[in-house]
Amino acid sequence: MSRGVAITGMGIISSIGTTVEENFNALIHGKPGITAIENIATVHKNDIKVGEIKRSNEELAHELGLPVDNNFSRTALLGAIAAKQAVKNAGILDINEYATGLISATSVGGMDMTEKFFYDYLETDENHRYISSHDAGDTTHKIAGELGLKGMVTTISTACSSAANAIMLGARLIRAGKLDRVIVGGTDALSKFTINGFKTLMILSDTYNTPFDNNRKGLNLGEAAAFLVLESDEVVKKQNKKVLAYLSGYGNANDAYHQTASSENGDGAFLAMEKAFKISGLQPEDVDYINAHGTATPNNDLSEGRALIRAFGVNVPDFSSTKPFTGHTLAAAAAIEAVYSVLALQNGIVYPNLNFTTPMEEFDIVPQTVLKEKEINHVLSNSFGFGGNCSTLLFSKS
Amino acid sequence: MEALKQELKEKIINILNLEDVQIEDVNDNDALFGDGLGLDSIDALELIVMMDKDYGIKLADPKEGKAIFQSIETMAKYISENRTK
Amino acid sequence: MKRTYINGTGCVSAQKTMNTAFLEEIIINENDNILELTLPDYKDFIAPAAGRRMAKGVKNGIVASARAMKEAGVENLDAIITGTGMGCSVDSEKFLKALLDNKEEFLTPTSFIQSTHNTVGGQIALGLQCKAYNFTYVNGAVSFESSLIDAKMQIDEGEAATVLVGGVEESADATMNLLQLSGAIKSKSEMPFSILGSETNGAVFSEGAMFFVLEDKKTATTYAELIDVSIYNVLEKDELETKLELFLKHNNFSIQDIDAVILGYNGDTEFDGYYNILSQGVFKEATQVYYKHLSGEFNTASAFGLWVASHIVKLQEVPSVLQVNGITSKHYKNILLYNQYRGQDHSFTLISQC
Repeated sequence: MSRGVAITGMGIISSIGTTVEENFNALIHGKPGITAIENIATVHKNDIKVGEIKRSNEELAHELGLPVDNNFSRTALLGAIAAKQAVKNAGILDINEYATGLISATSVGGMDMTEKFFYDYLETDENHRYISSHDAGDTTHKIAGELGLKGMVTTISTACSSAANAIMLGARLIRAGKLDRVIVGGTDALSKFTINGFKTLMILSDTYNTPFDNNRKGLNLGEAAAFLVLESDEVVKKQNKKVLAYLSGYGNANDAYHQTASSENGDGAFLAMEKAFKISGLQPEDVDYINAHGTATPNNDLSEGRALIRAFGVNVPDFSSTKPFTGHTLAAAAAIEAVYSVLALQNGIVYPNLNFTTPMEEFDIVPQTVLKEKEINHVLSNSFGFGGNCSTLLFSKS
Repeated sequence: MEALKQELKEKIINILNLEDVQIEDVNDNDALFGDGLGLDSIDALELIVMMDKDYGIKLADPKEGKAIFQSIETMAKYISENRTK
Repeated sequence: MKRTYINGTGCVSAQKTMNTAFLEEIIINENDNILELTLPDYKDFIAPAAGRRMAKGVKNGIVASARAMKEAGVENLDAIITGTGMGCSVDSEKFLKALLDNKEEFLTPTSFIQSTHNTVGGQIALGLQCKAYNFTYVNGAVSFESSLIDAKMQIDEGEAATVLVGGVEESADATMNLLQLSGAIKSKSEMPFSILGSETNGAVFSEGAMFFVLEDKKTATTYAELIDVSIYNVLEKDELETKLELFLKHNNFSIQDIDAVILGYNGDTEFDGYYNILSQGVFKEATQVYYKHLSGEFNTASAFGLWVASHIVKLQEVPSVLQVNGITSKHYKNILLYNQYRGQDHSFTLISQC
């Protein structure tokens, strides 16, 4: 692969900010967005903390200029806001000028509305407009509609690695010459469904998540959406586009070990990183910063840490998880972390892994705990999901 | 105690959907996990909920389950000593 | 660029499609608005211990994929790519209902774990101990076609030689009930249902699992070559023919080269007009085929369409039950599939005898 696929625009909404700038400021000033839950009435509200976007659906719909009787799920609202930002940031005026696609990712889709109206649907038809908003694809159609995009539109759902795979597919479509321009990313809203699901797995922390800490207690869930604009070299050249960074490598592999847990030695994670290096032509020693998956569950951090040692040897480069800032935003996680990876390249910043105090007893590697400024040319970002799904993305300086 | 053991065997087969296992196949001291009945970590989480729901025993850390869920014998002993319902 | 061949198929559907050559025994059911699946014998494919947590969609996916792999004679895969519009509905519903009914208490993880969309792909990988690329597409009626595009791109570029690709959908009670409330499924009071003579909106639904082994080489079991697949989120009716011609031209084909067109008619008068444009327009004189009266409608029903198309090419016949206009051809070399659902998620798929 040459230098990779050009990234020319980014958009994001998360619990630490509703724009790229706000997110970056929160990251460099160490301001996390983990709080008590406000928008969802759940019996667990006193036991958990979440990365929640403090805006109501009405406010989000208003920002998009949607009618009051719209049938957007929260996932679609967040996705549309982030995707519009990305398109604007890329300076795109006519979305259908080139062969353009939209590849989104979500795990919950419209579950936030289904769980609200599941029994209500049977009583009255007042909210029936939301029935067709349940499936994941509807979220993406809504985003495409908001962008006015007509073309190849699809959605990937591989649990918590979903957005990494959407970004990967976008890059492959451009490399294969199938599309000139692709908007890629992911979106997931918080829902009772996921809160209770993770609760049953007993991997939710009752306090702030502490990735790679020996006493880590589990994750905080979060909600977010982020999208990137990928463009072919021809389009970049023709339009004299500013390239924010390049997506230089990607890899996907399956752990094939257990439905939810990662293997002890991180086989899938190691294979995904290995593939990404192969495609990019980069070597492990070229990587200056690793944005780890780092969910702070006992299982993930051990498995990922071991995979990092396998891939990088004893000299694992500076690494951190940004999930103490945002919570684990599931299908959106790899997209928001892609935005953070690009910002790390642009600004020469290694983000701090907040809340870390005690090194893990199983190995010697420790995350970067304070903000560090240095020249960064290549960033590796990991994302892993249920079903053994492991993905790695490599970003390089433009 | 014998009745509780019988009850647990029935529940485990039922809750964990062990279609091909009969009650008489499960001995009181057989290992439930690993080589014995072959249960795994997801089953352990199911058993934790069953302990809470049916016997009023709350386990906050899945690791606690390891010793308790060794066999029907250990489960029955723990339940009879700690049950609140 | 390498070519892509369909070398194995497996199909679990409302028809007897598991142990037959091709639709030897057909079930025509015009009295139900949700067609029941013809269940395979799971025990032949899944050990009871392994299957104890699996919902029917996962089991059907495993059975169909095992059949496709067996037919193609492959054991190792370079990629597993699954399409499913609604995902694992049975377990999603189970978890959601338990959550609502028990007010978020006493919930167990099994149905949550199995509710994720990539459960089928993950379980196939786990069963085969396959650590290869594993993607799941979840975009309504193009979930399967997205998988095909990905698979073909991997083979084109030489990234993969053997790819398992499929479409899975499972019908779950509450979801089916809601789709009836929303009008997506026809009301039971409007039976009997027939697709071509339909005067009502909505469709008759069902479920199924269809898997295909795609490879970069022709073998003794090859059905056809997969030439190209293209998807469009929205198309106006007056854009349809132009898009089709562009798609064909891109592959150096013309309308005249197409021996049969397979249309996704589902009896929804509101949207079947899209198919009429082609059947009464450029393909008026061509062999026209429909299949959703046999498979029912579901997000990945078009994978049943590809299963039908593959068999037509291999066996060189169109059973009369599939014919729309009674026109048949001497030779079925090139077949085009067109599908859409409620005016969205349009797809063209082109296969060719080789």
